[in-house]
Amino acid sequence: MSEVYVITSGKGGVGKTTTTANLGAGLALLDKKVVLVDADIGLRNLDVVMGLENRIVFDMIDVIEGNCRLKQALIKDKRYPTLHLLPAAQTKDKDAVTPEQMIKLCAQLREEFDYILIDCPAGIEQGFKNAIAGADKAIVVTTPEVSAVRDADRIIGLLEAAEVRSPLLILNRIRINMVKRGDMMALEDVTEILAIDVLGVVPDDESIVVSTNRGEPCVADNESFAGKAFRDICRRMNGETVPLMDLETDKGLWTKFKKLFGGGQ
Amino acid sequence: MEFLKNIFNRKPTSGSVAKDRLKLVLIHDRANCNTDLLEMMKNDIMQVIAKYMDIDEAAGMDINISQTTDDENKTVPVLYANIPIKNMRKKG
Repeated sequence: MSEVYVITSGKGGVGKTTTTANLGAGLALLDKKVVLVDADIGLRNLDVVMGLENRIVFDMIDVIEGNCRLKQALIKDKRYPTLHLLPAAQTKDKDAVTPEQMIKLCAQLREEFDYILIDCPAGIEQGFKNAIAGADKAIVVTTPEVSAVRDADRIIGLLEAAEVRSPLLILNRIRINMVKRGDMMALEDVTEILAIDVLGVVPDDESIVVSTNRGEPCVADNESFAGKAFRDICRRMNGETVPLMDLETDKGLWTKFKKLFGGGQ
Repeated sequence: MEFLKNIFNRKPTSGSVAKDRLKLVLIHDRANCNTDLLEMMKNDIMQVIAKYMDIDEAAGMDINISQTTDDENKTVPVLYANIPIKNMRKKG
């Protein structure tokens, strides 16, 4: 059974694309057949975050308009044998696709893949409507900031209205030392407000910047804290029960982190 | 407790300020996008009350969501309804 996830947030710059790239690579590491779909037409970026920007020949619009076969547009990631990317078009805009076409595209991808991860553009307009059209499930990414959580709340309302039920939350860029001194909202604060289930918490980590610079998802980096968080999330998506922030690592930082976020679990 | 607070004169942490501001903003956001829902609730409430009392329908009914503070001084949403009544006892 294949699952179509849309990764969305409302606000831009909270880490949707980075999350999509890492979840895709992480699920591929679990030997799942995964395709990443960049739905951000006109502002594509998933290709560069994945380091696949030089390999694009055809894109999603070419497939939808029938200029090429689906197979021709899918870029196979050589580092992960089961991971593929369907890039967005860069020269078109969001109106180049309709929700019906997205549903059809997802149906085609379902035949081939276990996981279809759609990277949603920021905003609540046509691009958002297209991205969620073919999705069964939604992952809402937010950061512990007033603006990001506010937009996440709006997105959750719109997802429910569109009958994409029970979205899951990823709280990104948590800085544990700031949470401890009360200068950042904690996971509990955010979940109390948004009232949705938590899929994972990702720490603010320099390794994300480094891995994005290189075009290599940090989920494969065993040294990376954020990478570990993404690996945990992938296992949860795969049906495993992984305690939140079960991260026993050096210098006691993660022990503290765990205490704050999952101590009771 | 107030006495202790005064001694330490601590400002609330920015995290808790953020949470409070967020809650307030969301009360507005959530109320605004639910005008249809409010209208449906208004009709249902009027029907229930009309079973027991004479409502002055001409005077109109006012229903909205605003906010108030609870015992712990936290901001909470409140449903405000103003229903003019003609007669407390419904005429047979």
